[in-house]
Amino acid sequence: MNGESRAERRRRRLVVAVPYLWLALFFLAPFLIVLKLSFAEVVLARPPYTPLIELLDEAGSLYLQVRLNIGNYLLLFSDDLYLRSYLNSLRIALVSTAITLAIGYPMAYAMARAPERARALLLMLVILPFWTSFLIRVYAWIGILKNEGLLNAALTGIGLIDEPLVILNTDWGVYIGIVYSYLPFMVLPLYASLEKMDLTLLEAAADLGSPPWKSFWSVTVPLSLPGILAGCLLVFIPAMGEFVIPDLLGGSETVMIGKTLWAEFFNNRDWPLASAIAVILLLLLVVPIVLFQRQQAARGSEFGK
Amino acid sequence: MSQASPQPRLRLEPWNDPASVPYIRLLEVSKSFAGQTAVDRVTLDIYKGEFFSLLGPSGCGKTTLLRMLAGFEQPERGRIEIDGADMSAVPPYRRPVNMMFQSYALFPHMSVAQNIAFGLKQDGIRKQEIATRVEEMLALVRMEGLGGRRPHQLSGGQRQRVALARALVKRPKLLLLDEPLAALDKRLREHTQFELVSIQERLGITFVIVTHDQEEAMTVSTRMAVMDQGRIRQLGVPAEVYEFPASRFVAEFVGDVNVFEGRVVRSERDGTLIHAPAAGTHVFIDRGHDVAEGAACAVAFRPEKLALALEPPAERAVNVIEGTVFDIGYLGDMSIYHVKAASGAMVRVALANRLRLVERPITWEDRVWISWAPGAGVVLLS
Repeated sequence: MNGESRAERRRRRLVVAVPYLWLALFFLAPFLIVLKLSFAEVVLARPPYTPLIELLDEAGSLYLQVRLNIGNYLLLFSDDLYLRSYLNSLRIALVSTAITLAIGYPMAYAMARAPERARALLLMLVILPFWTSFLIRVYAWIGILKNEGLLNAALTGIGLIDEPLVILNTDWGVYIGIVYSYLPFMVLPLYASLEKMDLTLLEAAADLGSPPWKSFWSVTVPLSLPGILAGCLLVFIPAMGEFVIPDLLGGSETVMIGKTLWAEFFNNRDWPLASAIAVILLLLLVVPIVLFQRQQAARGSEFGK
Repeated sequence: MSQASPQPRLRLEPWNDPASVPYIRLLEVSKSFAGQTAVDRVTLDIYKGEFFSLLGPSGCGKTTLLRMLAGFEQPERGRIEIDGADMSAVPPYRRPVNMMFQSYALFPHMSVAQNIAFGLKQDGIRKQEIATRVEEMLALVRMEGLGGRRPHQLSGGQRQRVALARALVKRPKLLLLDEPLAALDKRLREHTQFELVSIQERLGITFVIVTHDQEEAMTVSTRMAVMDQGRIRQLGVPAEVYEFPASRFVAEFVGDVNVFEGRVVRSERDGTLIHAPAAGTHVFIDRGHDVAEGAACAVAFRPEKLALALEPPAERAVNVIEGTVFDIGYLGDMSIYHVKAASGAMVRVALANRLRLVERPITWEDRVWISWAPGAGVVLLS
């Protein structure tokens, strides 16, 4: 690093500055606005919240008044609706991530081991759903899952069931929706890590006396761990704050934090409370996000030569 | 395929002893990939304790043969036996064979010690014994104290030694080495060749090595098989293959050689006379060959077996080529003289530089005579 010339260092700083600028503009600034909002009070006005900092003129003296309302945060911890929403979201996100992994891993494995010519096509098929709007795809699931929908019609048609299965407007509907929507985010990083795996390692394992199923657990899975972690976080993080899927496919008793936030923001017009919910959600997600970043960095230093 | 050795030897040579039983037998083994023949009816016996080389250009089938021994490929026809047991239904993970891969194939997510222990763990050996055997192996390959490192923290030479230790720790009946030294630089490679031989002799494990480097094959092996287009072209001890190549392919692949086309003038029990117009001379070789007069053949000379002089040799009509020095390649320990013969052919002569080279006794454009002893050349009939 010492041998670098000044111009080189300046150029390097410029390159590094671009993503930082991006993050500051589109992540940090909105977050600060939300953070500021979360300490405000709700009022019937436009905008529907009080300013934090006010210049007051009282009896000829000027005061700079800073009012931080921590009532929103206290409410989050005292009313169990919010706690339930967070926990429910956590549960649904965890279970969906596990199901997505269970379905995605064999898919990614089969794709990575498919003949090279077929791989591009399979990859296309995984990405294909993105060409249709997410909202429309979730709506389509209503048509499939409702009591007189395609799935029930097919199952009763072949005589497997007499009564229609009630899936829509239950947690099952939410699981199906999340697993369906986020499967590509699981498959793609898994595929990437499985595809670049050196297959001679499996031969080496076999040569040393390990049958194929054992080699899978001792070689393939550990080596695809970066992909597993990346896929799980890419599913877990957005699933945690998911709003559209529980709103359309879940029932009234499926409380998820995204739905609660929506209700506070749009139905109750309580922007400060909704902002507080968002801040806490973000803090909860910072843990897995930092984990993800750490792992990406470690991977970069270990395998990238 | 193997011919009798030219002189009696003192070394143990099980392949010359009709009573000895081969340890590894390949019988008429064939394999093809997508219609392309990779291994073509190979029959081969390897004896216990041998350091056997499969030598050949890339694509000659040597690696396929090795992979069939390891069990990664199945022969289409033929049979492979190891220590008397038929291997056709035995998967790689149940064979008493270990392999050292060309890329080393070390597990990147495991430490050096875990890599070496991997094979022992599969056999359900107790933890304590695994630890002692791993330590033994680390000592054998001189990697003590490096057991905790990850493969990516090691140099190329160290990785190579870990791969060797991992393949040896299970004490296999047969160790397969696929171009084990290809990734090392020349000096380290030569050093490691001798180390491999000494480890092999100490452990008494049978080694089969695949290489495209003829020097490597000659340095390490007890016997070598030269392969081309899926077939074994010649099998023998290194000196035999080098001194008495059976075909033009072997002569040219193993070592440097001058080859001239010619015709047999006459062949008797103790000598063969060949007219080689390409060399502009008659060649007499002190070995008889069972060939008809006038038959087409070729004669081959190793460059180091030729002598170079500024004067014509006294009273000799055969085994002499007259020419001019066209170019000299100085290699330090020796020089390669490219001599343009009167017939137009280019002949390479290697001379050891015994004295420090200040002024060349023979230099560019000099008129020279190349001569050789009757035992220097080889008749090639194919």
